[in-house]
Amino acid sequence: MKFDSPATTNPIDRLKWVGQPIERIDGRLKTTGTAPYAYERHDVAPGQAYGYVVGSSIPKGRIVSMDLSVAKAAPGVLGIVTADNAGKLGKGSRNIAPLLGGPEIAHYHQAVALVVAETFEQARAAAELVHVNYEAADAAFDLAAGKEKAVKPDSMTGGAPDSSVGDFQPAFDAAPVKLDATYTTPDEAHAMMEPHASIASWNDDKLTLWTSNQMIAWAKKDLAETLQIEPENVQVISPFIGGGFGGKLFVRADALLASIGARLTRRPVKVALQRPLMFNNTPHRPATIQRIRIGTTQDGKITAIGHESWSADLPDGKPDGAVSQTRLLYAGDHRMTATRLTTLNLPESNAMRAPGEATGMMALEIAMDEMAEKLGLDPIEFRIRNDTQVVPDHESKSPGAELRFSQRQLVQCFRTGAERFGWSNRQARPASLRDGDWLIGHGVASAFRNNQVMKSAARVTLDQTGGVTVETDMTDIGTGTYTIIAQTAAEMMGVPLQKVVVRLGDSSFPVSAGSGGQWGGNSSTAGVYAACVKLREAAAQKLGINSGEVVFADGQVQAGGRSHQLVDAARDGALVAEDIIEFGDLSQKYQQSTFGAHFVEVAVDSATAEIRVRRMLAVCASGRILNPKTARSQVIGAMTMGVGAALMEELAVDTRRGFFVNHDLAGYEVPVHADIPHQEVIFLDETDPVSSPMKAKGVAELGICGVAAAVANAVYNATGVRVREYPVTLDKLLERLPEVG
Amino acid sequence: MREDFELNMSRRGLLAAGAASAAACAAPSVAGAQQSRPDATTTKVSLNVNGETRALDLDTRTTLLDALRESLHLTGTKKGCDHGQCGACTVIVEGRRINSCLTLAVMHEGDKITTVEGLGTPQNLHPMQAAFIKHDGFQCGYCTPGQICSAVAVLDEIKAGIPSHVSADLNATMELTTDELRERMSGNICRCGAYSNIVEAITEVAGRKA
Repeated sequence: MKFDSPATTNPIDRLKWVGQPIERIDGRLKTTGTAPYAYERHDVAPGQAYGYVVGSSIPKGRIVSMDLSVAKAAPGVLGIVTADNAGKLGKGSRNIAPLLGGPEIAHYHQAVALVVAETFEQARAAAELVHVNYEAADAAFDLAAGKEKAVKPDSMTGGAPDSSVGDFQPAFDAAPVKLDATYTTPDEAHAMMEPHASIASWNDDKLTLWTSNQMIAWAKKDLAETLQIEPENVQVISPFIGGGFGGKLFVRADALLASIGARLTRRPVKVALQRPLMFNNTPHRPATIQRIRIGTTQDGKITAIGHESWSADLPDGKPDGAVSQTRLLYAGDHRMTATRLTTLNLPESNAMRAPGEATGMMALEIAMDEMAEKLGLDPIEFRIRNDTQVVPDHESKSPGAELRFSQRQLVQCFRTGAERFGWSNRQARPASLRDGDWLIGHGVASAFRNNQVMKSAARVTLDQTGGVTVETDMTDIGTGTYTIIAQTAAEMMGVPLQKVVVRLGDSSFPVSAGSGGQWGGNSSTAGVYAACVKLREAAAQKLGINSGEVVFADGQVQAGGRSHQLVDAARDGALVAEDIIEFGDLSQKYQQSTFGAHFVEVAVDSATAEIRVRRMLAVCASGRILNPKTARSQVIGAMTMGVGAALMEELAVDTRRGFFVNHDLAGYEVPVHADIPHQEVIFLDETDPVSSPMKAKGVAELGICGVAAAVANAVYNATGVRVREYPVTLDKLLERLPEVG
Repeated sequence: MREDFELNMSRRGLLAAGAASAAACAAPSVAGAQQSRPDATTTKVSLNVNGETRALDLDTRTTLLDALRESLHLTGTKKGCDHGQCGACTVIVEGRRINSCLTLAVMHEGDKITTVEGLGTPQNLHPMQAAFIKHDGFQCGYCTPGQICSAVAVLDEIKAGIPSHVSADLNATMELTTDELRERMSGNICRCGAYSNIVEAITEVAGRKA
């Protein structure tokens, strides 16, 4: 099905199942420990051996020699994979550094060996006996130092690296009220709870991989490319994924090394990346340095806005797209953005939840708060004064034409949130609200994330019991995909939810959008919609229905005043239909974005500067919400990750030895129960017919964009101390805390 | 930069140095490795898991977590970090919750161990499991069994009058407040960020309004 004109009324609009707060259909499995994750498949591939990964202890250079003799002789060892015996390897187009290092080393903890043994204990013990002699090479690890050498990258995800509208510099110079400030965001880790894990098994030249991966078709292609085998010979299976956040978008070392290890030892091999290895072995969100300049009129109209960002990656890597939202979010005639990339030899930088906007909004939304204060305006009012229904960066987006947002309820998000949160009680003057020893502050920020659509296919089957089975290689990484796909099929086929079976995450199923960039929910359900349209046609034909108006409801098919049992359509055998949703140019004709407003209350201890988040509210406008229960969870989860980004998350760089020092879950702090208060989410009524037949958009990444700035702004409001270097930790406040009586 | 590294330094030596600079943050697994050959020594151990006696012959290095997951195929208990930092491996041993990755299986001869599989099944949910579903107290599901085992044990701890860091009065009857729940549950990380919902689920099971 080609989706190239805005959706009109369709069966989804009945909202019997879609749009309802339905409990997850995989909930009983997940809460009883019976959902099988990658490393847990004792039911497949008998005789599994255990692999343990050895990571490089230098960040750049080469392996001079390896002594494997002691390790090989250790009890239970079946074989050791290194670059020497791995055979000729390619590199998946989406990996920046090779997954198996040697002799060249690209980064610290790059895998250099996999020890395979009968048991985990034996593999772990033998891995300690692998001796590697390295020769380290000169390398660079410091973003601030590397900034001077940064260059304009060839490309940037989500647009051109640079943009220019009007004449920024003179307009900024002439503006009566100005801000020129620089912000930094640190390297961050996905730190999903389930480590990257795989079981590999060969049958002749056919490889089956049970793994934990967000993008099944990419994994299949990239693994085949790396192993230099035909993609048809690879099957990837990933029905349950213990979190990803972008960290499992691409094939990682566990998948490759399990595959090679299994080939070497002629045994199925299972590998989970050890937690202390993960932080330097796998990609991370790159640190940024961001300079923001805003010039306004005396009454707060933006006349000039500029956003520059510097980030780093390995050679041939990619920049963070931190400037993206600044082209779209606020009005202003004179604008510029610039993206610069420098080379560092730290582990690979890559996508993490809302890459680009997540870091960009951390900076931009503090800048907006600072600017509002300079103007003496309420920060909400300042944003409302600079709202726009057309894309302000239209010159670079679409020459000569006005480009409108398909939907844009940013102002409504703020107004709704302000009322619910009690914003009018906020004290504009910082450090003026107390609760005992605590300084109380309130902060807001806009939420903004683009909506992306990706083609997505599915197969649906109506069986002789009247049951409907959906098969697609789509993944559920905690997003609720099983449930919203079941809701979609139930709505389309007019059957109860209990009659729908959803099978995901298998490369033998039709290729879906996969989970990433908040495109998964809308795109994959649209693919199921397309397949169901075909199945409806097949069923109607089988039932001898010729008339145009056909209604599928309550297990019945009604047409021309007659009613048929749906199950009768499968009387002579199961009906199968497969289709793909493909998106036309509606995303060029309309700017599709998602909007929100974050409200935060913090308390800061007046003596110790300990920061506690007391209240959080997000108001989101992001198209039809397919399941308010699971969508709300996506948003509160993103708000939680945003609190982490605001207050604690930072990969500490050892700029001498070139690695992230705090490479485990004790050193890399993420929010825990005690850090997070009750969280509230409001979804505004919205349907976006331009986005898909589902009229939905992404929401899972919208939730993280802006939260950290709302927290930082609340801390400023509480203390009067402006921190522009994330995370906002108490040591950055302590010296400058206000005197309290 | 080059002169910072001693060429031909052994991997163990180099990592030990790295670990020293990493201070206490990172577990220096290599630095702590045994110097001798890792000959496997096995020992018989009998565990009472979810009401059943399970006799095992285990490598003495096997953690309780790996005994459950790899030997007994009870994979409901999750390995998130293997270092006692995330709580995904939480099980209830002799009535108290512990991180099963931080204890060796052979230390639990005869112990009564309850895993998430022992609390309830898909057909017969424990009230805590049902509440997690109702309140959507999970997303990816990987920390969930640990959260649920912890939550069940937390309610018992409060009932037993065991104080926490946020208990104001050690002599008073323990109160079941959201602050107490959040403090006591803080050893169980949920990166998906379902905390707000988890607390509501536990509160409902505890029989008190959120």
